[in-house]
Amino acid sequence: MSAQSFRIERATPESRIALAAGPWWMDRNDMRLAGEFFVYLGLATLWNLLAGYAGLVSVGQQAYVGIGGYCLFALAIFLGVPPVLTVPLAGIVAAIIAVPVSWLVFRLKGAYFAIGTWVVAEVFLLLASQWSSLGGGSGISLPISLIRSIGSSRAMREYIIYYETVGVTVAIIVAVYILLRSRWGLALQAIRDGEMAAETCGVSVANAKRLLYVVACAGAAMIGALIFMSKLRISPTAAFSVNDWTAFVIFITVIGGIGRIEGPVIGTILFFLLRETLSDLGAWYLIVLGAAAVGVMLFAPKGIWGLLADRFGWQLFPVGRRLVLTGGNTPSAPSSSNT
Amino acid sequence: MPDAPLLEIENLQAFYGSFQALFGVSLSVSVGETIAVIGANSAGKSTLMKSIVGLVQTKNSQIRFRGNELSGLETHRIVASGIALVPEGRRLFRSLSVEENLMAGGQLKRNGPWSLAEIYNLFPVLGERRHQAATSLSGGQQQMVAIGRALMANPELILIDELSLGLAPIVIKDIYAALPRVTAAGTTAIVVEQDTAQALTVASRVYCLRGGRITLEGEPSALSRADISNAYFGV
Amino acid sequence: MVWLNAILQGVLVGGLYALFAAGLSLIFGVMRLVNIAHGDLIVLAAYVALTCVTLTGMNPLLAILVVAPLMALFGYALQKFIFNRTLGDDILPPLLVSFGLSVIIQNALLQVYTADSRKLNAGPIEVASVKLADGLSVGWMPLIMFVSAIVIIGALQFMFYSTPLGRALRATSDDQEMARLMGYNNRHLYSIAMAISLAIVAVAGIFLASRANFDPSIGPQRLIFGFEAVIIGGLGNLWGTLLGGIILGVAQAVGAMIDPGWQLLAGHIVFLIVLAVKPEGLFPRVDG
Repeated sequence: MSAQSFRIERATPESRIALAAGPWWMDRNDMRLAGEFFVYLGLATLWNLLAGYAGLVSVGQQAYVGIGGYCLFALAIFLGVPPVLTVPLAGIVAAIIAVPVSWLVFRLKGAYFAIGTWVVAEVFLLLASQWSSLGGGSGISLPISLIRSIGSSRAMREYIIYYETVGVTVAIIVAVYILLRSRWGLALQAIRDGEMAAETCGVSVANAKRLLYVVACAGAAMIGALIFMSKLRISPTAAFSVNDWTAFVIFITVIGGIGRIEGPVIGTILFFLLRETLSDLGAWYLIVLGAAAVGVMLFAPKGIWGLLADRFGWQLFPVGRRLVLTGGNTPSAPSSSNT
Repeated sequence: MPDAPLLEIENLQAFYGSFQALFGVSLSVSVGETIAVIGANSAGKSTLMKSIVGLVQTKNSQIRFRGNELSGLETHRIVASGIALVPEGRRLFRSLSVEENLMAGGQLKRNGPWSLAEIYNLFPVLGERRHQAATSLSGGQQQMVAIGRALMANPELILIDELSLGLAPIVIKDIYAALPRVTAAGTTAIVVEQDTAQALTVASRVYCLRGGRITLEGEPSALSRADISNAYFGV
Repeated sequence: MVWLNAILQGVLVGGLYALFAAGLSLIFGVMRLVNIAHGDLIVLAAYVALTCVTLTGMNPLLAILVVAPLMALFGYALQKFIFNRTLGDDILPPLLVSFGLSVIIQNALLQVYTADSRKLNAGPIEVASVKLADGLSVGWMPLIMFVSAIVIIGALQFMFYSTPLGRALRATSDDQEMARLMGYNNRHLYSIAMAISLAIVAVAGIFLASRANFDPSIGPQRLIFGFEAVIIGGLGNLWGTLLGGIILGVAQAVGAMIDPGWQLLAGHIVFLIVLAVKPEGLFPRVDG
């Protein structure tokens, strides 16, 4: 059949981008919290890219957080790479690993993909446990000399790691934004929203999804290297923790609003508000968080941002587009904007 | 007409999401009639069938079957009240054998003339192939299974969507030959058909749909070729 | 002989993995739902059994008679009030709801039973065994476990292919819209399927709990074992799932013989090899 031609118009006339400015006024605790905030914002943005736009529900992104963390330790300890520089290298290593992994897990359709990615994360966890020169199952600390090479004083190191985290997260958000506005990203959104069939859009859906997967894995690894640079210590269970690096991230995205670039922002803010108020409750905190995510999925599947956006027509990052069909053999009413 | 109609539809508005497919369709069917619904592609014929059994979203519409309102009821309850649909494309259960497909159709165990034996009597070839996977049959035989599966529910009203679409002419003849035996057993039928000439041979009354609206209604003998082509194409 | 013994134990554990898998694959087959909380439900059943046994002092194997109906009832309600609301063309809502459920169950168990390891004591039968040859013996418990797995899978097979309920479940799995047109109430069917799945989960949970120590965190790993058994065996083939469980069990046993750290890794590697070489599984269902 002939490919239906299409063009895509922006759903809002003007771009409005809100960026968080680097706060100079924070004390150490504030800065640690802010660093964590950007870690989760970055991870949630990447997970949202996969699940919300490419339909790839991964429960195994902790694999790449862990790979990033282990890249930091391996490159710094064995090759003497300055820790700060391991971050982009971790991204490259993870991308190289993600390609063959995608050949395997992409064979699993739909929901089984989720558990397949989880198995892969388990495999990396077990492999890391066998890596005796990096401490095996009990893990390893970053040697003092390497810690010093990040920055001469503790305050200096924390500033450097904080700004690198902010830089990487902002870069991730910008990259995701650009990807979603590219022809491939827009075609994926159109397919997701049922506005056109995969085969009519002239874009290889499989390749688009693979590209998004590799990008999301590289990003997660860069954040992983930063997480363990600030922790200064790594162990397989901490590096490949499904709770810390996937469950929280999924809850953030779901509660904030899946399939919307603003969702992770709102979700991360809510997540930290909840955590600061409920952290004394121990296991109850996770029960509340899980119940909130289930409740949102059942009663407001577009998340908190979806509710607000529908109510007030808000849009922080205008990636939503109208699809305007300009040709083809079947007449079809122009669909409304997906935002 | 002394009796109340078996099926009475008033002001049917059907939607797929925000897309409206039917605009105020009204029709009525009496017991014992065989109705043909004709019209071009995407005129709304299939939507009309699906609306009756609750598979399409409707608004401000009345669909009464034996005086009872159907709109808003779940599909399985509508079916249990005595309506069966033979869907476009047959859609047999692919992991079920011919006989299991028929038994699935009869699982409501409504009383009536139709049983496995009667279906095999109507379409003998199905009896010979009862243990084969239903989807291994030819298109025409699959259509026989689909009709048999609907009849097994002993419906008072059978809806047949695109009876002859994609079938060889000789098979179409066989199936049309079986239709009077179905109606003779007391089942009222609505047949959706693109092959207008074929439909007119069995129908007691015809409705023509175009663009989601009814453009013509009448008995075949009273309609001229020009009436029909006018209603069909809108020229 | 040491190797033969290890392989034999692996085969028997494979029965347990097949039990993990059977409930998972039933739910996927009927409604295309992958229940991420499946492993945590197995652990939940283990704790329910533990509570039963602690309160009444009954034999753990008899506790199945109490726990299976309880779990079935829970499954029916879970499907009716939660999962049925998420079903549609989008796989995301059911998947994420089951993921949330998994975290909720894990942490609720943690809150109620603490993180301490527990075990269900099945009494003298635990250590009793049959000696087949020198250095080769089979414990009664693993044997009972394996035979139960065969019986349960056989019963499921019979239910699916020889009963009206099985016909209804297959019909709704093939085409849920057409099934509704036959007068089937697909939501009710889904709830029944989840009830059956959780009854099997109850059996699996009790065997899990009487075989080794358990704590609230071990659910996800059971989900993964069950999932690997399903994929190795081939989707939609129950006997294939049993063979998949056995292959996984043997792979883990052989891995453990090489190096204790390789037990789990060996299982995952066999799974990944099957996925790479024969993604439809070793024993796929043949239609038609």
